[in-house]
Amino acid sequence: MNELVNFTIDKKECMSTKGKYLVDAAAENGIYIPTLCNITGIQPRGACRLCTVKVNGKLTTACTTPVYNNMEVENESPELQDLRKSIIELMFADGNHYCPYCEKSGDCELQAIAYRYRVTVPRFPYSFPKREIEAGHPLLAKDHNRCILCKRCIKAVKDDDGRSIFAFARRSHKLTISVDTRLSHVMSPEKAAYAAEICPVGAILLKGAAFKKPIGERKYDKKPIGTELEM
Amino acid sequence: MINSLNSIINKYDADPTRLMDILIDVQHKYDCISDEAVTFLADKLNLSEVDIEQTLSFYHFLSKETRGKYTVYLNNSAVAGMFGREAVAKAFEETSGCRFGEVSSDGLIGLFDTSCIGMNDQEPAAIINGTVFTRLTPFRVREIVNGLRKGLDPVDLQDVGLGDGNNNLDIIGAVVNNNIMKIGPVLSRDYKPGEAIRKIIQMSPEEVIREVKHSNIRGRGGAGFPTALKWEFCRNAPGSKRYIFCNADEGEPGTFKDRVILTELPLLLFEGMVVSGYAVGAEEGILYLRYEYKYLQKFLESILKMARRMRYLGKNILGKEGFHFDIRIQFGAGAYVCGEESALIESAEGKRGEPRDRPPFPVEKGYLNQPTVVNNVETLCAAVKVVLKGGEWYRKLGTHDSTGTKLLSVSGDCRFPGVYEVEWGFNVSQILEMVGAEEVQAVQVGGPSGTCVGPEDFNRTLCYTDLATGGSLIIIGKNRDLLRDIVLNFTDFFIEESCGSCTPCRVLTVMMRDKLQKILDGKGCSKDLEDLEDWGKLMRANRCGLGHTAPNPILTSLKNFRHLYEGLIPGKRGFDTGFRMEEALAEGRSLRLEQLKLQDHE
Ligand SMILES: Cc1cc2nc3c(=O)[nH]c(=O)nc-3n(C[C@H](O)[C@H](O)[C@H](O)COP(=O)(O)O)c2cc1C
Ligand code: SF4
Ligand code: SF4
Repeated sequence: MNELVNFTIDKKECMSTKGKYLVDAAAENGIYIPTLCNITGIQPRGACRLCTVKVNGKLTTACTTPVYNNMEVENESPELQDLRKSIIELMFADGNHYCPYCEKSGDCELQAIAYRYRVTVPRFPYSFPKREIEAGHPLLAKDHNRCILCKRCIKAVKDDDGRSIFAFARRSHKLTISVDTRLSHVMSPEKAAYAAEICPVGAILLKGAAFKKPIGERKYDKKPIGTELEM
Repeated sequence: MINSLNSIINKYDADPTRLMDILIDVQHKYDCISDEAVTFLADKLNLSEVDIEQTLSFYHFLSKETRGKYTVYLNNSAVAGMFGREAVAKAFEETSGCRFGEVSSDGLIGLFDTSCIGMNDQEPAAIINGTVFTRLTPFRVREIVNGLRKGLDPVDLQDVGLGDGNNNLDIIGAVVNNNIMKIGPVLSRDYKPGEAIRKIIQMSPEEVIREVKHSNIRGRGGAGFPTALKWEFCRNAPGSKRYIFCNADEGEPGTFKDRVILTELPLLLFEGMVVSGYAVGAEEGILYLRYEYKYLQKFLESILKMARRMRYLGKNILGKEGFHFDIRIQFGAGAYVCGEESALIESAEGKRGEPRDRPPFPVEKGYLNQPTVVNNVETLCAAVKVVLKGGEWYRKLGTHDSTGTKLLSVSGDCRFPGVYEVEWGFNVSQILEMVGAEEVQAVQVGGPSGTCVGPEDFNRTLCYTDLATGGSLIIIGKNRDLLRDIVLNFTDFFIEESCGSCTPCRVLTVMMRDKLQKILDGKGCSKDLEDLEDWGKLMRANRCGLGHTAPNPILTSLKNFRHLYEGLIPGKRGFDTGFRMEEALAEGRSLRLEQLKLQDHE
C-alpha cells in the first residue's frame, strides 16, 4: 500500500509515500514550506495561500497537493519567496496586529513567519479596520482584529456531535469568524485550550491565562519557525 | 411558525445537505430567516446555529432581517449604469422614502442592489418579489411603487406587455424579451424532442462518448474543457453513484444566453442531461439554477413533468431496460462564485459556496463525494445536436481547435443587443458590424473576468486559443468613461462576489480598487500603475478562477488603455507629492470629539 515516490523540491531529490500532502512530504525531507492554515492530520483547505509552490510550473498550494512520482516542485525561488512575503504583508495590512502587547507574541506563527521572511514595512497600505472583540464567551475571548481567517478553528474544533463551534459568517472582505454562543457556554476547558492553541495568532484567547510564559521562553524566542526541520 | 417550519424541514427529510432549499423556503414564507427560525432549524437538523448562519449569511438573497413586504433588487451591472440606472435608483428612493440598503419606515418596500441579473440586453432591470421588471425608467418606477402602495401585486404591474416567445405563456408571464438575433444549430427550430434519446439507447455509452469526442466540443461555461473527456473521466472514476449537474448559474455580468435556452428550449437541455447521464452512468441530474431566474420555476417544472410523461425521464427511459434518470432543480440564492463548479456542488450540498481545492476534481469526487459531471447549459444542448447529426458534421463548423457554434450575449452600446449563435472564428469587427455597433471605444470580451480590448485588437478572433469567451460581449461606446463606468464597476463586482477564503482575493481586490479610486480622484502617481500591475500578479495565487480573474478589469484596461490612466496623473509625477492637511487630520479630530463627548457625559 505504502508506495514510495521520488520527486524533487528545488532540484533536491526527495522521497516520500504516494498521496501524502506535499507540505508533510517536504517536512520528512527536511524542507520547510510555510503554512498558516494547515493542521497536519486534518483535511486541508488551502485558505491562506502561503504554502504556494510551483508544481511542474503551475502555482498550487503544497498543503492540498498529494505527491506523486517525478513531481518537480519549486519552493524557494525568489518569485515564490516574494509572493509569500506579500501574502504575509497583506495579512498585517488587513488586520490590526499589535504584536508588542499581544498575548500570543513569541508564540504567534504569523509573527514568526514574518520574521523569517524579514517583513519590515508592508508594501500595502494599512487598512486600519474597525473590528470587535467578543468577550461574552465564558472561557474564551475572540479578537477579530487579529484573526487572519485561516479556518483552523472551524475545521479542528467541533462539539461531540460534530457541530461547529466556530464558523464563517458572510463573504468577501466582510468575512468573519462567528462563535456559537450556545456551544461556547458548554465547551470544556480542554477544548477551549485546544482552540486557543491551534489559532496561529492571538485571535482566540483563553481567559485568565495571558502572559503566563515569560519572554525568552516562548515558542519562537530561541528557535525561529522552520528551523526545527532544517537542522 | 413551528408547524410550518416543521413542514418545510420534513419536505426535505430533515436532510442538512438540503439546507439551501430549506432556507429559501423559510425566506419565502417569512421574508426573512429570524433568530428564532435559525435556532429551530439548527436543533432539527442537528447543526449548530453558526453552521446555519454560515450558509445563510453567504447568499445575497437570504437574510436575517426582513427586507420589506416588497423587496426591490435593482441590478447594478455596468450596462445598467450605461442605460440610466442612476435616475431609476433615485426614483425608487424618492417614491419609497428610503435609501438603497434600507426598508421604508412602513415596512412596505425594501431597496437593494444586486449583481447582474441576466437582463443586460434590457437594462435597467430589477426583480421585485421574484417578478422581473426590465427597461425601467423613472416614470415606470413611479407607476410600480404607486401600484404596490395601492396593494397591487408585482405580477399585476407588468402592464407594459409581456415579452416574446415563451415569456408570453401564462406559466411564465414575464416582461422579459429573448432578443434572439441569430439562429444556428443549437437554437434552430428543427429540434424534435426525444430523437436523441431514441438514438443513444441503440448505442453503448462508450459509443456516445466516442461520438462526442469526435466532435471536439469543449465546455461553453468558460473554461473550455473537452466535454467527452469529462464524461469519460467521470464514467471511469470509482464511486457508488454518479451525478450530472447542469450549471445554470449564469452569473458573469453580461451573459444571458442560458436564460434564453431555458425559456425557449428547456426540453433540449433536459435531453442533453439525459444523454450525458446515459454516457456517464448517472441516474440523477440536478439543474443548478440561479435564484434570479426563479420566475422560470413553474414552467421548468411543468416541462420536467411532461418529460416524465413522455418517458424521457424516470425508470426504463423509452423502454430501455435499466436506463433510469431523473432531474431536480436546485436553486442558488445569489452568489456569482457558485457558478464555479466545485462551489456549485458545495452550495447544492447546503453549504456556503466556497470553491474546493483541486485535486480531487468533481469528476472524481464531486456531489456527496461521488463522481460528478458539471456542464454548462449550452454545452449540454450542443451535445444533443452532436449525437443527432454526428461528430463529423459538428467539427466542420467553427475553427480547427474551436469547433461548432457559440451563443453570444451581446449588450451595451449597439443597436441590436441580444443572443447571436455564430460559428467560432468570427473576429470582433465582424461581430460589431453584425450587431450594429459604431463609434466603439472598447469591447469587454467574456465579461468582467475576460479581456477589455480596443480597436487595435478588433481583428482578433473569438476562439479558445485567442479571445476565449463564455459568450458575454459588452460594447462600450466612445462617449463612455471607461475607467469609472466600467473598470471600477467590474472591480466592485469581484470584491462583492469573492467567497473571501483566499487572502489575496479577499484583501487585495479592495486595495486595488482603492488605488484605482485614488487615480480617478486625480491623486495618482506613476508608481501606482506599477503597483497595480505587480499586485495583479499576486492574484494568481488564489484558489479559483474568480480570484485569478478579479484583477483583469484593471490589468487588461491598463494594458490596452494605458493612456487613460496616464492622463489622470497630474504632471506625470512618479511619487505622491503631498497630502491635504484637513483630510489627514479628520479621523484624529473625530476621535477627539468623541472623547470630549464622553467626558461631558461623565
Ligand atoms: C467564478 C466562476 C464563475 C463561473 N460561472 C459559471 C456559470 O455561471 N456557468 C457555467 O456554465 N460555468 C461557470 N463557470 C465555469 C465552471 O466552473 C465550469 O467550468 C463549467 O460549468 C463547466 O461546464 P462546461 O465544461 O460545459 O463549460 C464559472 C467559473 C468560475 C471560476
Ligand atoms: S480565530 Fe484563529 S484559528 Fe480561527 S480563523 Fe481566526 S486566526 Fe484562524
Ligand atoms: S479565489 Fe476568491 S472566490 Fe475563489 S476560493 Fe479564493 S477567495 Fe474564494
